[in-house]
Parts: sequence; C-alpha cells; structure tokens
Amino acid sequence: MNYSIVRYFVGWVLLAVGAFMLIPTALALISGDGVGTAFALSASLALAAGFVSCCVKPHDRSMYSKEGFAAVSLGWIAMSLVGALPLWISGFTPSFTDALFEVISGFTTTGASILTDVEALPPSLLLWRSLTHWIGGMGVLMFLLAILPAAGGDNLMLMKAESPGPSVGKLVPRLRKTAVYLYGIYLVLTVLEIILLLLGNMSLLDALCIGLATAGTGGFGVQSDSLASSSTYIQVVVTAFMFIFGVNFNFYFYLIIRRAKAAFGMEEVRWYLVIFAAAVLLVTGCLYADGVYGSVLLCLKYAAFQCASVMTTTGFASADFNLWPMFSKAVLLLLMFVGGCAGSTAGGVKVSRIIMYVKSFGRELSQMLHPRRVKLVTMDGKAIEPAVMNTAFSFLVAYCLLFGLSLLAVAIDGRGFTTSFTAVLACLNNVGPGLGEVGPMGSFAMLSPFTKYVLMFDMLAGRLELFPMLLLFAPGTWKR
Amino acid sequence: MNILIVGAGGVGFTLAERLTADGHQVTLVDTDQRRIDHCLDRLDVQALLGNGVSHKMLEEAGARTADLVLAVTSEDELNMLCCLVAKRGFGCRTIARVRNPLYFAELATIKDDLGLSLAINPELATANEIFDLIRIPAAVTAESFAKGRVNLIQLRIPDGSLLDGMSLIDFSEKLSRSTLVCIVEPRDRGEPFIPNGATVLHSGDSIHIMTPPEELNVLLRRIGCPVRHTGKVMIAGGGRIGFYLADRLQKNRSKVKIIEKDPKLCAELSEQLPNAEIICGDAIDRRLLSEEGLCSEDVFVSLTDMDEENILLSLYANKVSRAREITMVSTLGFTELTEELPLGSIVNPKEITANYILSYVRELNNTCNGTNIESLYYLCDRRIEALEFYIKAESELTAAPLSRLELRKGILICCIYRDGKVIIPSGSDRICPGDSIVVVSPASSLRSARDLLR
Repeated sequence: MNYSIVRYFVGWVLLAVGAFMLIPTALALISGDGVGTAFALSASLALAAGFVSCCVKPHDRSMYSKEGFAAVSLGWIAMSLVGALPLWISGFTPSFTDALFEVISGFTTTGASILTDVEALPPSLLLWRSLTHWIGGMGVLMFLLAILPAAGGDNLMLMKAESPGPSVGKLVPRLRKTAVYLYGIYLVLTVLEIILLLLGNMSLLDALCIGLATAGTGGFGVQSDSLASSSTYIQVVVTAFMFIFGVNFNFYFYLIIRRAKAAFGMEEVRWYLVIFAAAVLLVTGCLYADGVYGSVLLCLKYAAFQCASVMTTTGFASADFNLWPMFSKAVLLLLMFVGGCAGSTAGGVKVSRIIMYVKSFGRELSQMLHPRRVKLVTMDGKAIEPAVMNTAFSFLVAYCLLFGLSLLAVAIDGRGFTTSFTAVLACLNNVGPGLGEVGPMGSFAMLSPFTKYVLMFDMLAGRLELFPMLLLFAPGTWKR
Repeated sequence: MNILIVGAGGVGFTLAERLTADGHQVTLVDTDQRRIDHCLDRLDVQALLGNGVSHKMLEEAGARTADLVLAVTSEDELNMLCCLVAKRGFGCRTIARVRNPLYFAELATIKDDLGLSLAINPELATANEIFDLIRIPAAVTAESFAKGRVNLIQLRIPDGSLLDGMSLIDFSEKLSRSTLVCIVEPRDRGEPFIPNGATVLHSGDSIHIMTPPEELNVLLRRIGCPVRHTGKVMIAGGGRIGFYLADRLQKNRSKVKIIEKDPKLCAELSEQLPNAEIICGDAIDRRLLSEEGLCSEDVFVSLTDMDEENILLSLYANKVSRAREITMVSTLGFTELTEELPLGSIVNPKEITANYILSYVRELNNTCNGTNIESLYYLCDRRIEALEFYIKAESELTAAPLSRLELRKGILICCIYRDGKVIIPSGSDRICPGDSIVVVSPASSLRSARDLLR
C-alpha cells in the first residue's frame, strides 16, 4: 500500500470540496443569511487540510488498484467529514452525527434527510445540500481527473472505483478527455434543466437547488413536501430530467459524435426504457383502478414522476406514495432495487447488471433442457467476459449480505418492519425516501445515532458500488 | 494525432506507450481480453476487443477520425487485410508489419494496391541494425543521420585511454576536428548531459560521438578502443533474423556460421545460404560451441527465441573467447540488470520496430503540423534525444553564424549536412536554407527547428 499517493489524492479531494464550498460561502456572505462565518470557516479548513496533505508530492507515484480503491473510499469519507462542517457549525442540525448523515446523504445522492423543517434553512445551506448531490453524482475524483493536468493512465483505477456499473469503459483514448466529456455532458444537461425550471416561474435559488439535485439524482428538496406543491410544468420537467440523468452517459456521447444508431442500439438504455414504461403503466393502472386521483392523465403524471424518481434513485416526491395502494408500493420497491443505468449518476443495482442476471438465468434454464448447448451471455452483441459476470454475481452476494447485516443492525432500533426494511433499501440504493416512517413526507431524524451510522455506511457503500468501502475492512488493503 | 493500433502484443504495446508519451491519442484493438486489460491498466489509451479486419470494428474504434492505422498483429495476412480495409473504407494512412520474407519481397509491387504507406519487417530491421553494429566496431550503439553520412556512436572510454582526463577543447585540437562529443554519461551513473569545451572526460564514462564513418576506425584505435576484425561471425539461432543477417554478412564477405537446433530449419537455411556453414545442434551445448571454434570467432550473435538463453550464451562467449557479443533481448524487462552484464551490444526487436514506426509517425506529424523533424532517436534511456531537422528558407536559424544565434540552453547542434557534405560546426559556421542539422537535446523539449532559439 502506497500511503503517500493515497494521502495526495485525498488532499486533492479536500481541495476540490473546499473550492466548491466557496460557492455557498459567497452566497451566504452576499445575502447575509447568518451562516457566512460557518461556511468561511469550513471552506478554509477544507482548503488548508487539502493543501497540507497534497503540498508534498509523493515520491513514489505508483498506483495500483489497491491504492485506487483506498483513495476513493477515504476521499469520500474525508469529503463527507468536511462537508458536514457548515451544517454543524451553523447549528441547523442538532448534532454532528445528523450533519454528517445529511451530507453523506448529499454526496452519495441519496437524498434521505434528517431535517424536518427544510424551509427554515438559509439559502446558502440549501444550495450546499444540492451542490453536494451534484458533486457526488458524477464523482469528485472524476472531477479531479478532468482538471488535474497530470492525470495519467494509472488513474483508471480511480475511475473504476468511483463510477457506477459493472464494467467501466473510456469514451475516448485519453482518460482526462473522457472525464472532461462526462463532466461537460453533465454540466450542459444541468444548465438546461435549470433554464427550463426558470421558465416555469421558479425562483433562481429553487431552480438551482432542484436542478443540481436532479442532475446528481439526489433528491434534496427545498420544501418539506418535496415537489408536491409545485406546478404541473415543473413536475413534468423534473420527471423528464430525472429520467435523462438515469441514462448511461455513453448514450449522450454517441449522440454528440453523431452515432445515433449506436446510441439507440444500446441494450441497457432499451431495457431501462422498457422497465420504466412497464412500471409507469402498472402504477397508473393501479392508481386509476383505486380511484385516488380521478382522471387517467393525473394518475399518469403522478405515476411517471414517482417511478422516475424511484428508479433513478433520485427520491423526489410529488405525492405521498406511502399512502398509495399496496400494489403500486410494491412496484416502486422493486424499482428501487433495479436503479438506473450503469455510467449514469443513478444508484441501485443498475440495469446492466439486471440484464446480466436475467440473461444468465435464461441460459441456465436452456442448459437444463439442452445440457450440451453452448450459449454465451451477450450484451450489445458482444459476449460478456466470465470475469465481468463473476464480479456481477459477487456484487449481488455482497449486496444481499450487506443488506441483511444492515437490516439486522437497524432492527435494534425497533422501528417496525416497513420502516427498517425500506430505510436500509433507500440508503443502500441511494434512493432517499422509503416507506413507513421514513416515507417521502417523513424523515430519518428520529432514528438512533447507531442506526444513522449504519445507514451512512450503507449510503457510501451503495454509491461506490460496495467493494471500495468493503475493502476498507480487508486487512490486506493496509499492508505495505 | 489519432492513431489506431491493431494488435496489442509486444510491439503494439511498446508503440502505444511511446505514442501516448508523444501526446498522440491511441486506440488499440485486439482479440484477446487479457491484453486489452493489460493495456488499459498500464497506459492512458482506449482499448477495444474485436478483430481489426472488420469494417464495423474499425469504425467503432474510430477509424473515421484516425490519421494513421498500424497493423502489428502476429499474422501478416491479417495485417495487410486490415490495412486494405482501413485504406478503402476510411482513407487512413496505414502501416503494416509483414514478417514473411516472401510477402515482404512482393510488397514493393503490391504496396500501393494494398494502400500501405509503410511496411515494416521487424526481423529484417533488427538484422540490419545488427549488421550496422558489426560493421561499426566496438561501438555499443550507433544511429545514422544525414542519410548514413554520419553516425552517432555510443562508446565507453576504456581504462588507460588517451581520453582519460582530457578536456573537450584538447580533444578537438589533438585528436580530430571532425568529431564531436555530443553527450557524456558519467561513469557513476549520474544524469547524462550535453558537454561544453571545458568538460573533462574520464575513463569509464559513456560518451556519444558524432563522426563520419571513414574516420571512425582510426579514431577508435587512437582512443584505445579495441578494433577487431569482423571476418568470422557465429550466429546462435537460425530464425528469420539470423537468416537476414547471414545473408547481408555474406554479401559483405564475412564468413558465417549458424547454429540451429531444428533440422528442418537447418535444411532450409543451407538451401538459401549455400556458402554459410549451418550446424544442426543446440547452441546451449558447450562442447558444440568449442568444437565449432567459438574461441576463434570475431563476432558472436545470440539470436535464439529465448532471452535467457541468449544472455547465458553471450556471457559464456564473453568468458571463453575474444569475440564481440551481440545479444538479442526481446521480452525481458530488466534493462537495469542486462546493461550491467558483459553482454556486448543488446538489441531489442520490439524497440527497433517501434523506433522505425515512430520516426515515420513523427515525420507524418510534422507534415501535418508544418514542423520539420526528419528523424529522431532516443538515447540514454530516453532521457536525451537526437533529432534531425530540415531547415526551410524562411527559418530564423539562417539569420546569423551559430555563435551569434540566441540558442536555447542545454542543446547542441552536432552536425550540418549540406549538398552531400557533412560539416561538424564551429561558432563561425552558418546554417543555410536547405540544410539538414542534427541536434541533441534533453528529451521532449524540441518540437520544431524554431524551438532551438530561445
């Protein structure tokens, strides 16, 4: 383990977070909302810590997968600790645990909140919460790869450890250019959404917050009822953009280089669309049959919003789906497991892995009927490497284990099955709201500190695709 | 430039490594997932799984925007076909690796039909390199510039040499005015540097000198470097490199003996090289070596397929005979170790192939960017490079004699090549339009002749 290179990267992460923190600091100082000092203090602390740990360049620049994983997981923990400072210093959260929970929920684009009264927050804090979503959505190390000039080939480890999906591919030969493209697409889409939201008569701050939170598929709102009281136009725009940010970014890259055929031929995107459409249809039918909202169009609007929000693991709500009929809730619950596409900002198991699982299940069945049949699992017309398949299955096992253990730990709190189960589900998949007490209109505030730490770990593990966080506990990681 | 490399084996990897270091965008295509992963882990390149012959695969790998396609898989047919598809489908410039002597001989006639800009035969290139080494005595390595008129020669100053303790001003006065010491790499393994008149040489230092070939032997003898005959050459390993080398050596009237263990190959060799002595047997057999008179050979070249075997053979030859050793090491990566051993000159076919292609890429890049590097060699572990520039009419370098030009620090103009004549320049010499000049500089600091000026 090359500790100095890990320290160096963690230092850069802190510098980046400190720099991002200057945005709400400026807002706080200009608007005079009373948290300027808290922000200035936190930002200078982050910058100082970052500067100290990366001012000495590591002598040994060798970086292998071990260092990549450690840099990513420790980087994320470090930036969460620093990011929680403004909330804690300004005193808007009762304890540091709560502040940390809120910020981890932000960076991991979960959107689970311990705040009961969001409207009471000053604008700069609201902006910071949403900004954490935006930073965490594409990943801060990816951001560093895009801006650091010396990013070489070795740093692919960082990208592998941070970006979501079973197999990570570069868009263009150079890693740095790939990162620039991804962030470029990300930024353009975000700005587009903010403009569309502004056209719907939203205030600039609200549009910024909602736009940033949608882009990262986060889900921190600016009102306690999330987006339930917003206009239909806003809800439709947000629905569309939640869906857009759940698509694999390779899709947009193909569109940019004018290979529309390749873009629309992406199997994952097609499955994503089909799963989404099926879920919307089912929920709409169920809501209509139940007669909660009356007209079909109204049902469709609510169903589409909630499905997009849950499937892309954003976690906005335009209705309290906690009160919906059981069948709709079940559909939404399953969508939480599925998640968005690999290579998007969404969480969950990822559509591409679901495709692998379904296809290899199909292969098993057909091999039972024809034992000598040779059949490869393919995606986009190419055979999936056995190694990739294995990792995908290990992911599922790790996922189930972590889920089970977390459920066990959360159960100590004694909150009832629905609440405990969906709290873990919502955190591990970075969705945000669950059902029961942690439903879209509820909050995570009443949970015990221990439960909160368990859930924080789940959120980080879920965002970083389990393995980087789990490797922190492997003794082999820390050996020199 | 955007460069597409089909085949991510040894040569493909080396090329990708060098080309990315030069700032090009490289995409590799290979049919082996492990190689792809290897490349992705080590290099900042894109690597895709697939067969480079397929039009669809080439398109996916970005052939539409590629400036150059390099086909360097182990199969000649595939390489040529790949280039043909790339040329016809996307209009790319193409370079193919073609190893089969039969194909290579026919290439002259079908090169244009195949759309090949360049074909490289690594074995032939390696054989040529070894031939040059044999021809230039005692030099550790030699690179030729100005169309072969001058050589940049690396040698180690022997103990008790005339040069020990001599400053470079004395060198040009006492020894030779037409020889220039370009790079000095001190004995204690310090950084190589470009010397000035006051630099004092010591025995054990490794130096690069630029000198016309006809003066070389005399100079080496005066310095105290052993100059030996190259009349008798023993080659261990009768593969393609051995064949090409033996062929050239014979044309140069050397006596060649090849030791090869495969009887079938021996039969072929004896048919193709009727005048050479072909010995069927394992070169790693001491008795055989002494029986065949290793002790009386002038040059011993180890070219078997196994690097380890080559190293052992050369070490043994160094111990028992006075022959000069040339060792082929192609895949072993321990250059720090092999350089320490008394292996004579070390040649690496992959590096030679890569250098050959790279110099073409440089040239191509220059015609695209309007700069004018004609050839380029990496020296001293790539810490120093030697470049040859073509000077255009409008160049600012032609404005004044060298002593009055504001040249960049740490570089040296080693030679001016004008109308077929070589000038080792002094301060009063002047560069004229149409000249070629050879410059040594720290690696990657020069991109064009303009960079020479401060």
